[in-house]
Amino acid sequence: MTDITPQLIREHGLSDEEYDRIKRLLNRDANLVELGVFSVMWSEHCSYKSTRVHLKKLPTKAPWVIQGPGENAGVIDIGDGDAAIFKMESHNHPSFIEPYQGAATGVGGIMRDVFTMGARPIAMMNALRFGEPNHPKTRYLVSGVVSGIGGYGNCMGVPTVGGEVNFHKSYNGNILVNAMCVGLARTDKIFKAGAKGAGNPVVYIGSKTGRDGIHGATMASAEFDDASEEKRPTVQVGDPFTEKLLLEACLELMATDAIIAIQDMGAAGLTSSSAEMADKGGSGIELELDQVPQRELNMTAYEMLLSESQERMLAVLKPGREAEARRIFEKWELDFAVIGVTTDTGRFVVKHKGKVEADIPVKALSDEAPVYERPYKERAPENAAVSYDKKRNVLASLEQIVGLPDMCSRRWVWEQYDNSVMNDTVQHPGGDAAVVRVHGSKKALAITTDVSPRYCRPDPKEGGKQAVAEAWRNLTAVGATPLAVTDNLNYGNPQKPEIMWQIVAGIDGIGEACRALDFPVIGGNCSLYNETNGEGILPTPAIGGVGLLKDVSKMATLAFKRENDVVILIGETKGHLGQSIYLREIEGKEEGSAPKVDLAMEKKNGDFVRGLIEAGRVDTVHDVSDGGVLTAIAEMAIKSGIGASVGQAEIADAIGFWFGEDQARYVIAAPFTEAENIVAQARAAYIFVAELGKTGGDALTIDDRENVKLAKLRATHEAWFPRFMAGEEIPLTN
Amino acid sequence: MKSAVIVFPAANCDRDAATALEQMTGKKTQMVWHQDSELPDVDLVVLPGGFSYGDYLRCGAMASQSKIMGAIKQHAEKGGAVLAVCNGFQIATEAGLLPGALMRNAGLKFVCKPVALKVEETQSAFTRKYNQGQTVTFPVAHGEGNYYADDATLDRLEGEGRVMFRYQNNPNGSARDIAGILSEKRNVLGMMPHPERVVDPLTGGIDGRAMFQGLIETLS
Repeated sequence: MTDITPQLIREHGLSDEEYDRIKRLLNRDANLVELGVFSVMWSEHCSYKSTRVHLKKLPTKAPWVIQGPGENAGVIDIGDGDAAIFKMESHNHPSFIEPYQGAATGVGGIMRDVFTMGARPIAMMNALRFGEPNHPKTRYLVSGVVSGIGGYGNCMGVPTVGGEVNFHKSYNGNILVNAMCVGLARTDKIFKAGAKGAGNPVVYIGSKTGRDGIHGATMASAEFDDASEEKRPTVQVGDPFTEKLLLEACLELMATDAIIAIQDMGAAGLTSSSAEMADKGGSGIELELDQVPQRELNMTAYEMLLSESQERMLAVLKPGREAEARRIFEKWELDFAVIGVTTDTGRFVVKHKGKVEADIPVKALSDEAPVYERPYKERAPENAAVSYDKKRNVLASLEQIVGLPDMCSRRWVWEQYDNSVMNDTVQHPGGDAAVVRVHGSKKALAITTDVSPRYCRPDPKEGGKQAVAEAWRNLTAVGATPLAVTDNLNYGNPQKPEIMWQIVAGIDGIGEACRALDFPVIGGNCSLYNETNGEGILPTPAIGGVGLLKDVSKMATLAFKRENDVVILIGETKGHLGQSIYLREIEGKEEGSAPKVDLAMEKKNGDFVRGLIEAGRVDTVHDVSDGGVLTAIAEMAIKSGIGASVGQAEIADAIGFWFGEDQARYVIAAPFTEAENIVAQARAAYIFVAELGKTGGDALTIDDRENVKLAKLRATHEAWFPRFMAGEEIPLTN
Repeated sequence: MKSAVIVFPAANCDRDAATALEQMTGKKTQMVWHQDSELPDVDLVVLPGGFSYGDYLRCGAMASQSKIMGAIKQHAEKGGAVLAVCNGFQIATEAGLLPGALMRNAGLKFVCKPVALKVEETQSAFTRKYNQGQTVTFPVAHGEGNYYADDATLDRLEGEGRVMFRYQNNPNGSARDIAGILSEKRNVLGMMPHPERVVDPLTGGIDGRAMFQGLIETLS
């Protein structure tokens, strides 16, 4: 038997204290297999040991929440017996090491999380963050990640309907790939992981088990260094064809009542799926590894338990229903094997070749996993005054902004995703939120992902609030009622007190905003240790939001619809330029305070705008975010081909007015008579409102003095991404 | 018009095709499993888009050997209508129902976007409700839609009025901008763009409706 040496313990990502705890829980030394099991179950990735105490502070309940955090995905009630099931999850480390497969298996994993609960996936989103464009690896990573997401999602026949792509040097050595899946089920056909009861068969379905991805969860819980590429063999390889069969077969089995519990084999594969099912069901589980379908010869218990081979699920069936289930999986040409049984012992027992390879109390892997209140070092938000050239030409800056890597059209990306399969995509990529119809109804779900890491760095709490507020605003801007979020918290090493502070403050801000906006968190994922050679990423708590449109025909879009519509700004403008796109890109300064989020004003303004959309009074809305009001108006014009003539209002500083990033604002456009009514109504409700001008022509004109042709703006907006990906060296000032 | 949609493993536009057909005909469409050996009594068979067999080996190659393909070939030989869209077009060329082949897009990337098509011929059940030379917009969504055939075959297709749709801005490098072709008997249409995705104004437009209307009028 292998001796458990201190070095072996460290190689498994466990501390000496943690191993002492394992010995106490077992009342003996662990063997190598058990050490492997503990190492994955107690990894940051699976146990949330650094964040658990803080995540508990998030609001998770609302009358429409059917399932909050703790299952494979969250579930909300969307009326008429329909439920939306969704979650976002990261696949950052594998995607940096092997971008195509890392991103592809990220998509596959999050889809399994959703369909394991009984839902048919109907939409995919993703939030991607890459290093600076002139970093030598950036093109390769963008190209690989985008084709990986497309390669998997397209084959599955689930539309990828939007997301975010951003660039910043802090991601040079550690990109972020966060994928979100939204599915639909009936509220009375939702499947969970709790394997209640003893004596029930445990069945293995899907692909065979190989040696791929062993210790992926442990890898995802460690920092990177220059040797990280040597970890390429730990990245799994995806097979979307098998996953599509698995999806259809699982949904077919779920139409029967044979299933007691079901769970996908994601991180830490067979180990975590079986241990979690036993834990949630309050039972025990006994596995016979000889029965596991294997792709390679002579696999050991250690390898089978830690393999992260993809496209596999574990289910517990009602006794006697095995043959019926087997017929379904054989029809879809998938492996099906009874590999164990549930017990009443409360123990996780693994047998292989007649020998007990592991015998661990289930609770030792879950409740008894260490929980850390890691020390953090509080830091006051950055608050320096910003300076900038107040005389700089506004339209020249606008032209530059619409063509920036972070601001230009993402067409190059989304045209590689099938965004119209399933025939229910009502709002395609490029709007404030994607909108996907509930098949066969007039309802639709609006979906968005948002976070502004440049705000989170100087002020992690305000940045957390802003991410939630922006998601809420984007859903509102299409006319949806925001219902719930999934969060994907990407941070650096939590063992550094300054990083732990970012995490604690970020969660605090997210919680505050979610409470104020009635926007509960129903699931999510933490990705920590996003560091390379000791340098952390910008704190990036991505928020995936879902809202409901009761009548999709009322949906608003951001493109101008008619000439001579009045352009109206809703919300207060103070001209906040700290940490803005303008300041960073035009003045070259990443400084100042993050914009403050006034949640009461956010709610008031948003409810007002949504009311106008729902009443059929407004069909043209765009939220104001990166790049400020003028950028928002330019996007509305570029998208429609209808120009506008607008003038400054409210404050004297032109730069602050046009490019400031004050929150809680929307630009809307409406015909003259309706516009007069809207303005009067807003004033009566004490909502800041300003008429900026009207639509028309083929140019964007400001203050009746200067203009820029839409054709020119559009060409600039569309140019950067394809030129960059074609390998051109593009100076950042065009 | 009675219709059937073939369900291959990892076909993924099968439901879309059925939804469009049911919307246009008001009748239930039959879903036929690839391992069946017989077709139900139908007027139109749809080979839907998707990634049958994960596009492994070669797009459409494995599905073209499915058990059901024998019955589909018989249906086509007897003059029965077959609409082969996207992966269905790839399967149809692999099965010999249509000439030529679909290669990797010239840009080497998957491309999903609405494209403008010129209706070249109206002499078929599929295109009779369109006007000759009319521009219609259908979405494409494929990685391997680059139509290839030798010059003699292309000349023959053009000479016999079997090039039904042409791209106005070729998205994939197809020979002579060909987006859709007809079989010799004018009863099998293969095309990369998706007519079933353009039957609803909310989700992309209604330019595909005329194709189904033409089929319904001819086959009912």
